[in-house]
Amino acid sequence: MADLKTNFLGIESPNPYWLASAPPTDKEYNVRRAFEAGWGGVVWKTLGSEGPPVVNVNGPRYGAIYGADRRLVGLNNIELITDRPLEVNLEEMARVKADYPDRALIASIMVPCEEEAWKAILPRVAETGADGIELNFGCPHGMSERGMGSAVGQVPDYIEMVTRWCKKYYDRPVIVKLTPNITDIRKPAAAARNGGADAVSLINTINSITSVNLDTFSPEPSIDGKGSHGGYCGPAVKPIALSMVSEIARAEATQGLPISGIGGVTTWRDAAEFMALGCGTVQVCTAAMTYGFKIIDELTAGLSQWMDEKGYSNVPEIVGRAVPNVTDWQYLNLNYVAKAKIDQDQCIKCGRCYAACEDTSHQAISMSPDRVFEVIDEECVACNLCVDVCPVEGCISMVPMAAGEVDPRTGKVVQPDYANWTTHPNNPMAKAAE
Amino acid sequence: MAQGQMAPGIVAGRLSSDELTSNFTDLHPPLAPHEAAVAADRCYFCYDAPCVTACPTDIDIPLFIRQIQAGQPESAAKTIFDQNILGGMCARVCPTETLCEEACVRETAEGKPVEIGRLQRYATDTLMQAGVHPFTRAAPTGKTVAVIGAGPAGLACAHRLAMLGHDVVIFEAKPKPGGLNEYGIAAYKATNDFAQAEVDWLLKIGGITIRTGEALGRTVTLDSLRNDYDAVFLSIGLTGVNALRAQGEDLPGVRDAVDFIAEVRQADDLAQVPVGRNVVVIGGGMTAVDAAVKCKLLGAEKVTIAYRRGRAAMSASKYEQDLAASKGVCILCNVQPVAIHGNGAAAEIELEYTATVDGKLTGTGETIRLPADQVLKAIGQTLNGAPEGLALDGNKIAVDATGRTSVPGVWAGGDCAAGGEDLTVTAVAEGRDAAMDIHASLSA
Repeated sequence: MADLKTNFLGIESPNPYWLASAPPTDKEYNVRRAFEAGWGGVVWKTLGSEGPPVVNVNGPRYGAIYGADRRLVGLNNIELITDRPLEVNLEEMARVKADYPDRALIASIMVPCEEEAWKAILPRVAETGADGIELNFGCPHGMSERGMGSAVGQVPDYIEMVTRWCKKYYDRPVIVKLTPNITDIRKPAAAARNGGADAVSLINTINSITSVNLDTFSPEPSIDGKGSHGGYCGPAVKPIALSMVSEIARAEATQGLPISGIGGVTTWRDAAEFMALGCGTVQVCTAAMTYGFKIIDELTAGLSQWMDEKGYSNVPEIVGRAVPNVTDWQYLNLNYVAKAKIDQDQCIKCGRCYAACEDTSHQAISMSPDRVFEVIDEECVACNLCVDVCPVEGCISMVPMAAGEVDPRTGKVVQPDYANWTTHPNNPMAKAAE
Repeated sequence: MAQGQMAPGIVAGRLSSDELTSNFTDLHPPLAPHEAAVAADRCYFCYDAPCVTACPTDIDIPLFIRQIQAGQPESAAKTIFDQNILGGMCARVCPTETLCEEACVRETAEGKPVEIGRLQRYATDTLMQAGVHPFTRAAPTGKTVAVIGAGPAGLACAHRLAMLGHDVVIFEAKPKPGGLNEYGIAAYKATNDFAQAEVDWLLKIGGITIRTGEALGRTVTLDSLRNDYDAVFLSIGLTGVNALRAQGEDLPGVRDAVDFIAEVRQADDLAQVPVGRNVVVIGGGMTAVDAAVKCKLLGAEKVTIAYRRGRAAMSASKYEQDLAASKGVCILCNVQPVAIHGNGAAAEIELEYTATVDGKLTGTGETIRLPADQVLKAIGQTLNGAPEGLALDGNKIAVDATGRTSVPGVWAGGDCAAGGEDLTVTAVAEGRDAAMDIHASLSA
């Protein structure tokens, strides 16, 4: 049985699943329940400076996007950092950490971009026995209007500066949580590394309005007829998160920097994907908010079973395994030729592949009067749209052509060797053949 | 005090009013909004969807389900009514298990089709309960069409003609319009007097006059109608019934199942409808199942459907057969009636076992007797009272693809016309299509 024990920056946890800094980790009651359920760690809901806590809206804090059967695929929130006094949070953290020494407990912090503010809070956090801190440079709503959260995360210089302060006044691991609301995620990650960060975590939530109320014309979630953009998360953001994680994992300036992956982790498979792209732990929020803490049973059992099936015995063996396969478009093998293949035994004859291909792609699927759908190899560019819209998993597959075969679409023989755009004759910038 | 199942003979009030009310509630209760949302989400929006092909009225099913998904059951209803103005009744009575739902790709994939019938009811109920009639009439054409019979075919034809600007007069022999929707459909499929409510809603289009108590051949003739109207549409149904040709057929206690069904449908108080203790229904179609189930629901102790061929040959769908079985009806196959015995009234039925020899059904000579104080004949209806001069195709009025009969200016559709299954939905399609052809003909 695979060992899920995780050591991230020296912080140990029985599994790589941490609850992200968010409503589920706002207080002792929830965190104890999470630990009892089996979660490996928590990043405590973001702490603010000493003094009167922030206040939240008293109307809806969340909006949602649904798939079929009202399955929640995207969630947005306008909740701020913890609205409980700093002292209360610190006391609870200390108690919980003392009772669960084997679990990771990270303090998320968001205070103004002033050295004094960080200098003031860091020793108090250290006293709780928390295993490390996460700098919340990510939340895109509310606090950003006050110069914190994503307002910091969007300025690499500020990230570097604050990270440096934290390393100066705090002697345990410092994780910098990044906002995705930026053009190039590598820049803030590099800034964090330059400031001395031990790791980055990403992604925080994405600017979003989930819907518009067509009776009142208010954005949702609506507070008394007005709405403000919130932070978007949940399964829908996973592809964005995976891409950003991969960019950091492979960029020269940031490769090797430990990553805690966040963004739509819902099942063990999502977690394994984040880890394969270089994440040493994953953080979960929306899935827990949707289904409760018990999902940890599936998350751990699933990851463990997959690792057993694949012959991996511990977490470090899987972290980063997919990173070498992330590349630029220009290096993709243009000699690789595939064709869609429809398994007639599995086909339920819905015709969605036909509609998609005929109306919006390459007219490469034929339909007989008795609803037999077949790929026209002469037209198929292997775009994969038919696979994507087919309701039956595995019914349509992309079958690579063997070298030496003739692609009926181009009439050209499939070449065995690798060739990419950089050397393609159609590329005006192509390097001359050696 | 209820008589109970064991009371001998054909008696009313076997069950209490509460039991009867409970027994005759909606067979398929309407979907609540949440149920409809869940059911609608299962539709794949197939290309050139098989369910549409399977629907005799070609309702754009994926479109209307998508409209439910998108939160507009009223628009969904409009999509349905565009093709089938009796979409409300069809949602209740269509054998969807042999039509749209059988063709549903999720039936192929999972053995569980999208619940198209119930979704159709959800949409149509929503619009009809709002009292909205979503169609308006075109400019008057000055033409008037006579429609004979206010059943599904006649109503569908009349509505389409009225919508196209023609005036319509419907001649109906019975006291109420609706045809089999009113007199034939099982009570547990069209509760709350839905058939009449649907007719009232349909008539909101305007331009349609219904004259009840007017029967072809009795108060009007085809010749006079042809003289007085610009076109005639015959939708007179099948009002004759086949004879059993068994000894004792005339004994009290033996009757036609369609009459019994009509009596149950028209009853103000089900406790007043008499039913036997031991009922045998002869036949293998929907009428047999409807009659047998009704007898059980009214409190008969033992109800048997006796059918002369094997179960697979029954024209009642598998679903209907299972429905009958689930209500406690016994289905006895490969038996044919020989005689009904009784001293002054039916008491026993004698059945002979059958076998198919060289493709021909024959009696084996072995017989059994079942107690039967009531025998209901459900062995098919026939064309009755069709006007002279119309060419027939088999036992029905011959028509072309658009419903034209052999007589110029006369169209026919529904059960009385040849072609298609004898279903409400088929009748609607034929009425609608004939109306389009009448319109084309009158506009020429």
